[in-house]
Amino acid sequence: MLKITGYPDRYSAEPGETIAFKVSLEENDRFEARLVRVIHGDANPQGPGLKFRHIPSNADGSHPGFAQSIDAGSYMSVENFPPLDAAFTFYTMIWPTLLRRDDQTILAQWDDKSGTGVHIGLKAGGYVTVTLGGSEGVTQAVAPKAMVERQWYALAVAIDPARGTVRIDQSPVIPYAMSDDRVASEFTLSPAQAASGLMLAGTPLADATVGRHFDGKLDSPILISGLHPASLQDRLMRTPRDIELGRSLIAHWDFSRKIDTAETVDTGPYCFHGKLGNLPTRGMKGWNWTGEDHSWTRKPEHYGAIHFHSDDLYDAAWETSVAVKLPDDLPSGPYALHVSCGPSDVDATREDYISFFVTPPRDAAKRGTRPKLCFLAPTCSYIAYANHAEHITARGVEILMNRMVHFGHSDLWMYEHPELGGSLYDTHADGSGVAYSSRLRPVLNFKAQYHSWLGGHGSAVYQYNADTHLFDWLEEKGFEYDVITDEDLHRDGLALIEPYDVIMTGTHPEYHSTAMWDAMKAWIDRGGRLMYLGGNGWYWRVGFSDHWPGAMELRRAEDGIRPWIAEPGEYYHSFTGEYGGLWRRLGRAPNVMAGVGFIAQGFDFSSYYQRAPDADNPRARFIFEGVPDQIIGNFGLVGGGAAGIELDCITTDLGSPTNMLRLASSEGHSGFMLLVNEEFGPVPPNLGGDQNDRVRADLAFGETAAGGALFATSSIAWCGSLSHNGYDNNVSRITENVLKRFLDPAPFPTSPDTDGA
Amino acid sequence: MVYKITAEADRQYIDEFREAPITHHRSPGLQRVLNVMRLYRGGDQYILIARKEFQDYVIGRMPPLRDEPIVIEDDLVFPSREAAEWELFRRRWHQITGETIALNYEEKPA
Repeated sequence: MLKITGYPDRYSAEPGETIAFKVSLEENDRFEARLVRVIHGDANPQGPGLKFRHIPSNADGSHPGFAQSIDAGSYMSVENFPPLDAAFTFYTMIWPTLLRRDDQTILAQWDDKSGTGVHIGLKAGGYVTVTLGGSEGVTQAVAPKAMVERQWYALAVAIDPARGTVRIDQSPVIPYAMSDDRVASEFTLSPAQAASGLMLAGTPLADATVGRHFDGKLDSPILISGLHPASLQDRLMRTPRDIELGRSLIAHWDFSRKIDTAETVDTGPYCFHGKLGNLPTRGMKGWNWTGEDHSWTRKPEHYGAIHFHSDDLYDAAWETSVAVKLPDDLPSGPYALHVSCGPSDVDATREDYISFFVTPPRDAAKRGTRPKLCFLAPTCSYIAYANHAEHITARGVEILMNRMVHFGHSDLWMYEHPELGGSLYDTHADGSGVAYSSRLRPVLNFKAQYHSWLGGHGSAVYQYNADTHLFDWLEEKGFEYDVITDEDLHRDGLALIEPYDVIMTGTHPEYHSTAMWDAMKAWIDRGGRLMYLGGNGWYWRVGFSDHWPGAMELRRAEDGIRPWIAEPGEYYHSFTGEYGGLWRRLGRAPNVMAGVGFIAQGFDFSSYYQRAPDADNPRARFIFEGVPDQIIGNFGLVGGGAAGIELDCITTDLGSPTNMLRLASSEGHSGFMLLVNEEFGPVPPNLGGDQNDRVRADLAFGETAAGGALFATSSIAWCGSLSHNGYDNNVSRITENVLKRFLDPAPFPTSPDTDGA
Repeated sequence: MVYKITAEADRQYIDEFREAPITHHRSPGLQRVLNVMRLYRGGDQYILIARKEFQDYVIGRMPPLRDEPIVIEDDLVFPSREAAEWELFRRRWHQITGETIALNYEEKPA
């Protein structure tokens, strides 16, 4: 179990700036804190072990703390909505997705403290309920027939609060033979005393949280004065608005407007615009979607649904526990706030490393002389994997990992706290894919010391903690470097990375926005030297929004290795209107950027590279200086080899430059290293690395037309081999050879007539 | 119909697994036995809980619905992942074939 955890208000900051850390304590009322530079976060006794360096700061010492909770679940709220004290009718199109959950809310004008107002909801099993609360108590009507999951219904609820009369009409948009899900029932309840405010898909509770969430889609919610039949709904939804009906209209929310924002538009006369809480999914097919267009920007009227989830989370909104002013002279690099509340034992971990990066000052007066090497911290990928919980929510992980599924204290805590929100790999409780991930919450796997159920046998580290292998190596070898994060690059583009001659990636730079992609490509095409030290890079497109700062969007469209699949028609990002999915499917395969692209995946053991003839090409002489070895990297903390987890290879048809040298290729993979989906049409019987020679990592190098160069290890596991034998090994030597040459400003040859030395 | 594990046909793989419960390459026959054992057919999912990473492991059972707690078997502590894998293999073997494997895992030097 975890007894302390937290998150920062941002993932990168400059020296002299302040970061607000939000910490939750489950024991005692004080915690210790200190600022540390993160050097090596892998506790594997086979490796160099944990390394942190204390940085004196105003964080040092003891701080008060308390338990902080997270209020998950999305909803729409309208603050100043008038009391519904006269007869009214509510219409909506509804598509419920999790009917085993009890006590869901469709519409609430409800005062939880006094138990008064009106609540329209769903009972376990899918039965619409109407609850009225007033001076005579709380009474409830329950529809006699249930809805069916993932079917659209037209729902009409007519209520006279003063008399307590209720009529519920429910009819499926697609009527199936032999189905029994229509309702046309009337009830008499106790009168309701009107409350104030209005919420859809959730109810404000007495403890100031929002609960009783709805799982599913709502489309075209309408409120009209008076008691009206179900048949009026069609007239109400027609455009232009029926003038006669318009005189009685209270509100008509059109969710197809402002899809890229956090607001909903009331097209009714009073403009009771709504605010969305906890980032429900937008750009979703509405009840009337026909498929004639798949883009909500071109046919918004078919995308009038919002998909609410009881486990959506945007902002944990924890109070700041300690605001740390970063020292003015703090070098750029990876850091953490180390917090602790006592000794850890077999039952509980009582410390946490809350990670962030220090970036160089943007102000020219403060920059001084910068190193020519930059590490591009893959915060988009960290956010994509944030609180990755497939080991909890999926079944069949053990067979994929080829070993028992690993849980540490963090995972046990994660299991008990689904309100943490999932990663972009997870599904919601209702089975739909998690399309947004926010960094405004504790992220248990963006931390040193987190050992993953992924990550291969051995250290079992992934993403951030795997990248600490590289931080450690750079420190050991004495290379100075700046850190820029993905989010910084997205925001500031080429200008931010222009000063650097060399950019190094982490082990798994998988997720990129269009702005990031364009900036990186421009940098390469203008002579940059890219050291791609990982695998499966530049794979998925993501998007950001100024309306939801700190959140990132993904649509797992069409193809690729993906644990959930976006529904047809929901491939376009709500944040940006861009078509989502693989960069390869967008016409920009990873090969175009880095010279190599994703070919295989396997999570148990890694393997070695076999030197290839191109290693002896004079153009590659510098790479193999001091490395005569035929076998490279048959050792490592990540699966026991340098080629593992996810592999890339050279494919010119996909855009690998025709001058890429194949220096070495991995071999000896097991049958668990599998060819990826997008590499085959009909399924071949030989998908595994033991029988398919396309399953390999290509160690690759090539010069670019602008005098720069690309070096690709094509393997997530590469960095796990850097520290072997006291950092004296051929993986470390090759990496160092490349880095030293890349830091040498002499341009690379661009013509075959030039000496390739 | 997936492969049906039987003691007669698959007893031959026990020693191979016991020798190296987590390893790079296995015989196809043993891998098939493990794949079939690991198929999820509903019910609890066995998990490996690291009470202290790289030192101290116990077996856990994760229920089908997340609303229920994980059951932690803290009365049986393993010094390595391999030892826990062997224990789980023994349980599954017994469940499938009715046979008891009365052998312990022998820790290998690091």
